[in-house]
Amino acid sequence: MTTSTSPSTLAVRAESLVKVFGDNRAVDGVDLAVDAGTVYGVLGPNGAGKTTTINMLATLMRPDAGRAEIFGHDVSREPNVVRQLIGVTGQFASVDETLSATENLMIFGRLLGLTCNEAKRKAGDLLERFSLTDAARRPLKKFSGGMRRRLDLAASLLAQPPLIFLDEPTTGLDPRTRGQMWDTIRELVATGSTVLLTTQYLDEADQLADRIAVIDHGRVVAEGTADDLKASVGTSSLILRMSDPADVDDALRAIAQVLGVRGTLSPEAARITAPMSDPDRVTDLLITLREAGIHLTEMSVQKPTLDEVFLTITGRPADAAATDSASADAASEEVRA
Amino acid sequence: MSAIAPTRIDLTPITPASERRLSNRTSLRQTVENTLTMAYRGLVKIRRTPEQLVDVTVQPIIFTLMFAYIFGGAIAGNVESYLPALIPGILVQTVITTSVVTGTQLREDMDKGVFDRFRSLPIARIAPLSGALLADTLRYAIATSITFVVGFLMGYHPAGGFGAVLAAGLLVIACSWAISWIFAFFGVIARTASSVQGISMLILFPLTFLSNAYVPIDSLPAPLAWFASVNPISHLVTAVRDLANAGVIAGDFWASLLGAAVIVLVFAPLTVRAYMRKA
Repeated sequence: MTTSTSPSTLAVRAESLVKVFGDNRAVDGVDLAVDAGTVYGVLGPNGAGKTTTINMLATLMRPDAGRAEIFGHDVSREPNVVRQLIGVTGQFASVDETLSATENLMIFGRLLGLTCNEAKRKAGDLLERFSLTDAARRPLKKFSGGMRRRLDLAASLLAQPPLIFLDEPTTGLDPRTRGQMWDTIRELVATGSTVLLTTQYLDEADQLADRIAVIDHGRVVAEGTADDLKASVGTSSLILRMSDPADVDDALRAIAQVLGVRGTLSPEAARITAPMSDPDRVTDLLITLREAGIHLTEMSVQKPTLDEVFLTITGRPADAAATDSASADAASEEVRA
Repeated sequence: MSAIAPTRIDLTPITPASERRLSNRTSLRQTVENTLTMAYRGLVKIRRTPEQLVDVTVQPIIFTLMFAYIFGGAIAGNVESYLPALIPGILVQTVITTSVVTGTQLREDMDKGVFDRFRSLPIARIAPLSGALLADTLRYAIATSITFVVGFLMGYHPAGGFGAVLAAGLLVIACSWAISWIFAFFGVIARTASSVQGISMLILFPLTFLSNAYVPIDSLPAPLAWFASVNPISHLVTAVRDLANAGVIAGDFWASLLGAAVIVLVFAPLTVRAYMRKA
């Protein structure tokens, strides 16, 4: 049976997706809308529900509630159609350890319906493009982490799917390999692919994604472009360090008075961070501080990072969230196994 | 940026989703092709790790020698006259025991990331299982050949002739393949590979020994004799003896094939369903 696709510009549409493991609501009502031809970043700490969300979108898990469509095809009702439209590169290399790179790609190619010769040619092409030709005949046991990831991505590209899921594509990679992976992802989009990637690295989402969903405890807590998200915490932030930690309360009061915003205090070093929407007002603040006899050891202006976005949205830093939900993560890992 | 050349991908433009011919069904032809590809994967793995063939090469030699010399005198008067009864019995036991490994290896395999990829591919759901099971028939063929060869070297002369021995071997391989679906099922539902091994041996050991594989049924106490006579293993052993020793295809042959078919019809769907749910 051949189903016709209704014209749809959305590559992914998820509505109130839910997945429960025991009493852990790993994904708790996630909504996503990903435009075709874009890179969409799902950002969140460990255990936030990123992998579970991808697994449901990629037909690897059945949603407990809610629905999801890939290019208009329901993941529960038309799983095999969805599988023809996606490529999945998981967090853990999904390639065969005992086989060589060529054998891996050949087998995946044959499974995807390529003839022996087509599969061989495609495998050769991809290995060359991912600089794996030299190692093509060696068993993967001898591959480095970066090589394995590249092969994994190559395997997802065999069928040239219009949508590619990348689950933490650069976790555990060295900075150089990470940069190569980023370039690869950008080039993928240039060929017309849609990419949905998860990451715990804020700069990665910032660098690659057209739009970002911040996900925490199985819920989307913020969504927008990187700039939208940054704007939500102010255009830039002002960082002040007091020479006398006893002055911080006075300084915070002055900031509230002059800038009209609440500064955040980092307790370890008498340092205050405050959103700064109007740089002109900073002069007033500095004058106020001098008149009050509050001395500064440092003053700087920083463009907001997604770290601050995360802090502002969830009320705690991304790292703390990671340790927070480590136990929940372990639970979901167990279910996976 | 860095001086390292970026990975070049100048892939041809992607065909948009709306312009693709998509089907939610997998045809029978695709199922067969996928299964063969997965079986090829299994064979490549065997070639890469030949040490996993130890059980199908060494075990038949040791067991055949051991049982022949331990029981031969007591049961049949001497080793040579025990062989026509023993070789079919030990063949069935060895090959069926080998099929347990299919279940444990499937479990180990499924715990690896590559199975996530198989699940995300538009292939027949059964293929990763049926392919693995098909590849393992090579293991059964090796075990079968070695058992017969050891038997010949010890002085076993099957009266049925070469063709009948070949047919008997194929019967055992086919039935073991069918039985391996049972262990594949345990492999899919069990939590660890070692528990698969444990459960399977617990079932197989009594099943193979409480049969006519090593001793005549009428030498057993009444309750055991009853069990041994209804035991499907006994029927398979008798079918092999009939074929190899007399070239006869009798009721036991058909009963064995029917039993094998029933096992596949029951356990193949169960296993596939459990495998899908495991996702």
